[in-house]
Amino acid sequence: MPPEPVVIDRGGVDALIAALRSRGYRTIGPVVRNGAIVHAEISSVADLPAGWHDEQAPGSYRIHHNEDDDELFGWAVGPQSFKASLFPPASIVWRGRRDSGGVLVEQATDEAPPEAFFGARPCEVAGMSVLGTVLSGGAYPDPNCARHQSSGFVVAVECGAPASTCFCSSMGSGPSATEGFDIALTELTSAGDHRFLARAGTEKGQSVLDEIPQRELKEKDREDRHGVIERSREIITRHLDASAVPSLLARNLEHPRWEDVAERCLACGNCTLVCPTCFCAATSERTNLSGEIQLERRWDSCFDLAHSYLHGGSVRVSTRSRYRQWMTHKLSTWVDQFGMSGCVGCGRCITWCPVGIDITEEVSAIAETDGATMTNEVPLQPSEA
Amino acid sequence: MAVTSLTDGVVAPTHPLVPSRHRVVERSLEASDISTLILEPIDRPISAFRAGQFNMLSAFGVGEVAISISSAPGSSDKLEHTIRDVGAVSHALWACQPGEIVGVRGPFGTDWGIDQFENKELVVIAGGIGLAPLRGAIRQLAIRPPGSSRVVVLAGARTPDQIIFGNELEGWRAAGIDVETTVDAADSDWKGHVGVVTQLLKEVPFDPPLTTALICGPEIMMRFTARALIDRGVDPSAIFVSLERNMQCGIGWCGHCQLGPYLLCRDGPVLPWEPITAALIEERER
Amino acid sequence: MEEMHDLIGEFPLFSGLPKETIELAAGCAHNVAFDTGARILTEGHSADTFYLIRRGRVSLQVRKPSGKAIVIETLGPGSVLGLSWLVPPYRWHFDAVALEPIGAVAVDGACLRGKADADSSFGYGLLQRIAQVLLERLQSTRERLLDVYGSDLAH
Repeated sequence: MPPEPVVIDRGGVDALIAALRSRGYRTIGPVVRNGAIVHAEISSVADLPAGWHDEQAPGSYRIHHNEDDDELFGWAVGPQSFKASLFPPASIVWRGRRDSGGVLVEQATDEAPPEAFFGARPCEVAGMSVLGTVLSGGAYPDPNCARHQSSGFVVAVECGAPASTCFCSSMGSGPSATEGFDIALTELTSAGDHRFLARAGTEKGQSVLDEIPQRELKEKDREDRHGVIERSREIITRHLDASAVPSLLARNLEHPRWEDVAERCLACGNCTLVCPTCFCAATSERTNLSGEIQLERRWDSCFDLAHSYLHGGSVRVSTRSRYRQWMTHKLSTWVDQFGMSGCVGCGRCITWCPVGIDITEEVSAIAETDGATMTNEVPLQPSEA
Repeated sequence: MAVTSLTDGVVAPTHPLVPSRHRVVERSLEASDISTLILEPIDRPISAFRAGQFNMLSAFGVGEVAISISSAPGSSDKLEHTIRDVGAVSHALWACQPGEIVGVRGPFGTDWGIDQFENKELVVIAGGIGLAPLRGAIRQLAIRPPGSSRVVVLAGARTPDQIIFGNELEGWRAAGIDVETTVDAADSDWKGHVGVVTQLLKEVPFDPPLTTALICGPEIMMRFTARALIDRGVDPSAIFVSLERNMQCGIGWCGHCQLGPYLLCRDGPVLPWEPITAALIEERER
Repeated sequence: MEEMHDLIGEFPLFSGLPKETIELAAGCAHNVAFDTGARILTEGHSADTFYLIRRGRVSLQVRKPSGKAIVIETLGPGSVLGLSWLVPPYRWHFDAVALEPIGAVAVDGACLRGKADADSSFGYGLLQRIAQVLLERLQSTRERLLDVYGSDLAH
């Protein structure tokens, strides 16, 4: 029987941040910077984006401030996910140097403190779980990813203001938080009473929550939370049939829609940068002037032409083939490779695509003419007919 | 970021991207652009491998590539890798002289499944450098007791001087393996076969429905050879190929070696021709 | 002593054809043998007689002004040696040299052409079989043009 949720106020949120910091967690949460809500280290509730709201659409992201309200989490997601903590954009894996006997290799260790992921949306929590399975769930677990996950602390915040680009409900990853968190908060603002329903998901979470000033849960709080979640579900307009998509795409690899999207796609790779689960990495050895060798591992993208380099050329040259690779991997072959979908429905790829390509729309278009294939014939000129 | 220091030069890393240092103890030139290196561990040896698997070999300061293991499993065989000089990293490895140090990570990937091939007909078809990933398997088969599976080895190369492991072929014949070689072109000093490796199938009696085939070589050669075998009545799911894509980590982290539903470093490189592989490599830009 | 029609009936070129058809062809055929090194066909010479190889291997070669000849292809038992007898100008395009002692059935090309002219269903059946051989040789040649073991083209 899980422990009852409790209710905390804004002061309680502040106390929660302080409790995490005092336990040695580097607490990362949402802040407003450069016209977006991004992740940075936070030290108190004052750092959070109170009164800020976002509007997202394909290829568009704006935030604005509402002077009258002090909602802390009245926005959906920013361009960043917590992926960067589990899987840094660039890291040195080992260093080597030549000595009289040959080469000496030393593993670089990461002694960063454990992190508290504050304000993780349910889709982000799901994203971390997917990434953890990919990088640490196989035969060769990534020790850094595993350590950051196991030593990390997740404070999930359920969604009250999904963006138009969100489709977490289709992917089973929101708007409510069901697992993968230590503490989950739901912001409630009904009847002018700004409060947070807080529940622990782990013993670790419970022991922190026990320290926070709180009051008992009332039926009204429970109902209000339910209302927030239900309203979020209704607000979400984009959908994807998650169970049907893998086989839909697998049998439509020659669909004309790929040619269509290729005419719009810039192969810029933004989608792979903002996606919470994209995990492609390039490893390269570099030698500096003093002769030290370093193995660097850094984020890569399947949109890069060199991604499929083989014997003097690339396998996937056309934009069509690269877009197809990204989308079929994310929604279809990821399931074959890892046992779950790679997509958590956060909608970042839709918002941050400079030309506004919408993955859910592409799926619909293919589903509409399921089985269609390309023809290379061109219509005859009247004189040839 | 702190750096752990070494004790007595031995590293026991927990990070799977850190290579184990190996020393080159011998180098032999198989062809002008192909050499075989015999390696001995300085740090930890790689764990027991099976024929068909590969290691990631590091030319320190240059980079790392996936190279199949060309020796047979078993402690009597030292770790061998046969390398063709085709790029910066493979050139550095190809050129390594005895005494030099390389990095090794592995073994990775799927194997030829030699242990399953009892009492059957086995046809091994190699094209060019493709004989190297098969050599460990053939050596294993050569030391089997007589009366085990009937084994045929067909090896194609560009020209006679490009046939690798020539000095071993007689030993395999002596062990009861049928070995035939062919080249794409030669001058009249060459008295052997000239023609594609699938032509050799006509010269060699084998029973297609009972046959398992292992094919390794350039992808075009594997495609044509698989089709020729199927035309002759071999079961497509009894044909195994060894595929290659851009491999950077070898451990399923980096995403480069994906081919449809497979991560070749984990689900390959050895794969059965059916049910999926044929469709994957026959599609453009997959 | 094996009957000629049984003998040639075993070759892929004739096997499975009706008995009368094989009898027709057998009338143009007789057994021959060559020593190792013998030149069986000579480039430029009149393409009269072609061979069905029963035993041994033959090398198709092109001579260079100086240096060694280039081997185009080697053919073994069961193969048809020589196809230029079928179409004008009826001249061999390559040398064929015995790599081993050869046992073969020699077939008179003109004789066979005559019988095909007289009996079109015989001719059609023969041409279908020869088309099969041509296609296989062409495919083999094309595959080697790809130079899969050598150039960057083929990767």
